[in-house]
Amino acid sequence: MSSNKFWRSLIYITLLVFAAFYLLPIYVMLTTSFKSVDEIRTGHILSWPNVFTTDAWGKAWFDACIGISCEGINKYFWNSVKMVIPAVLLSTLPGAFNGYVLTKWRFPGHNIVFGLLLFSCFIPFQIVLIPTATVLGKLGIADSTLGLILVHMAYGLGFTTLFFRNFYQAFPDELVRAARIDGAGFFTIFWRIMLPSSGPIIAISVIWQFTNIWNDFLFGASFTSGANSPITVALNNLANSSTGAKEYNVDMAAAIYAALPTLVAYVFAGKYFIKGLLAGSVKG
Amino acid sequence: MKKRIQNILPLLVLSPTMVIILVFVYAFIVWTAILSFTNSTILPRYSFVGWTQYIKLWSIPNWYTAIKNLFIFTPLYISISVVIGLSLAIFLDQKIRIEGVIRPIYLYPMALSFIVSGTAWKWFLNPGTGLENAMHNFGWESFTFDWIINSDKAIYTVVIAAVWQSSGFVMAIFLSGLRGVNDEVVKSAKIDGAGFFNVYRYVIIPQLKPAFASAVIILLHLAIKSYDLVIALTNAGPGNSTEMPATFMYSYTFARSQMAIGSASAVVMLLTIASIFVPYIYSEVKNSA
Repeated sequence: MSSNKFWRSLIYITLLVFAAFYLLPIYVMLTTSFKSVDEIRTGHILSWPNVFTTDAWGKAWFDACIGISCEGINKYFWNSVKMVIPAVLLSTLPGAFNGYVLTKWRFPGHNIVFGLLLFSCFIPFQIVLIPTATVLGKLGIADSTLGLILVHMAYGLGFTTLFFRNFYQAFPDELVRAARIDGAGFFTIFWRIMLPSSGPIIAISVIWQFTNIWNDFLFGASFTSGANSPITVALNNLANSSTGAKEYNVDMAAAIYAALPTLVAYVFAGKYFIKGLLAGSVKG
Repeated sequence: MKKRIQNILPLLVLSPTMVIILVFVYAFIVWTAILSFTNSTILPRYSFVGWTQYIKLWSIPNWYTAIKNLFIFTPLYISISVVIGLSLAIFLDQKIRIEGVIRPIYLYPMALSFIVSGTAWKWFLNPGTGLENAMHNFGWESFTFDWIINSDKAIYTVVIAAVWQSSGFVMAIFLSGLRGVNDEVVKSAKIDGAGFFNVYRYVIIPQLKPAFASAVIILLHLAIKSYDLVIALTNAGPGNSTEMPATFMYSYTFARSQMAIGSASAVVMLLTIASIFVPYIYSEVKNSA
């Protein structure tokens, strides 16, 4: 075997070993969720299920106990759905307009505005938890999905504006200028010229916001409790509860339910997901 | 008239966002800072006590544990993620036929919530039910891996799970950096007789500086904010051995009703992040002006 072939085999083996490492938790989650409680007790975590059963999936969805309520996680899943859709739309649309203004309708001080928005993306949210909780209480929307929508919109605007700003910056100014000379106004230019070419950045922004908001735990845990919690909070309550016999198969099925929407988004729009990650990090 | 409207229209469109950001971000930061100088407990109260809460904060053993853990966790998390990410990116960049299959496998953890991955890892690392038990089943009776229930080692399990979650993403950053490397320079180095390792060591890796910078900055940011993973994996335990600043802030504010102490810890967290990011943001804004 030539030395080149040897190195190439080594590279392939390393790559495959790491693929196994990354797949391990999802393998454990999936196989465990299809086992019975008895099989979990007698077998071990890496074993393949002897008998496939979907009992845990049914129980996690309909009957699992979150706190004192034993109605499964479906309610919390829908809480998250009802939160994520409006929050994504309400943060993406203003982000598009803001990016348009910050690149094509510049005004004195536009870079100060940009700096303020950029910094807002990096704050540790601990610094705003107490005032946000107080204000949500004053507005009468504490412990509600509406409150979470507002919060996710507010703290998502920085990122969405950034995405669109960076995208529109590369958009030729001449086209906008020509349209203005032809008498097209602010909104006409946006709807007719900018928006039709914004497909990729809309996808990136929507997927980014969707993933972040669906996966959020801190805001959900801080501003809601009990029946109004999003899925992440319910999952944590389920998996960390110490009452009764631990049913790991139910925990794992619940975890997969919680992971499914973002995983599906990743499978079908992975390209935009990765671009969003890179855009959110590489180029502020 | 129409012209005048056109001139203020952009500002009108931008203003709702600016109002929201100024209130929800900047006014709230000031508000939390003010609270840190009061004696608020379960609810905000506005009688001022100077630096008392900061002095108290730095005398709480839990806070020291949180800071110590941050200093253990952050360097390990960043260095291991960068080493794994860079190595995998270099390997994947060798015209690997299965790249299209491998890359999405490396990256999917980033799509998962830390609560989901924490739940899975907690079970996998639990000696009674997880890996240790599986090894005993395979006949390796002396195998022990009980870090998660060992208060001296539990913080390292947070490192393992966090590296699992983000090293694939670091790989993607480096891979996109590698794909942007100037081919001509690499070719001429090879013609000059440089071998594989030297080409990477002296020609390619030095060109990846921006990728290093963004990987480190995003990992640092994730490290300082890390909350969800710790809660799901160890719930800051055993005892309080995996306390981090973010979990400290939450438990003092909401569970222990020490709002002023919680605020002071949040201010410290913000200042730490700001000292890293303000220069970065300043250069971004200046470059784009």
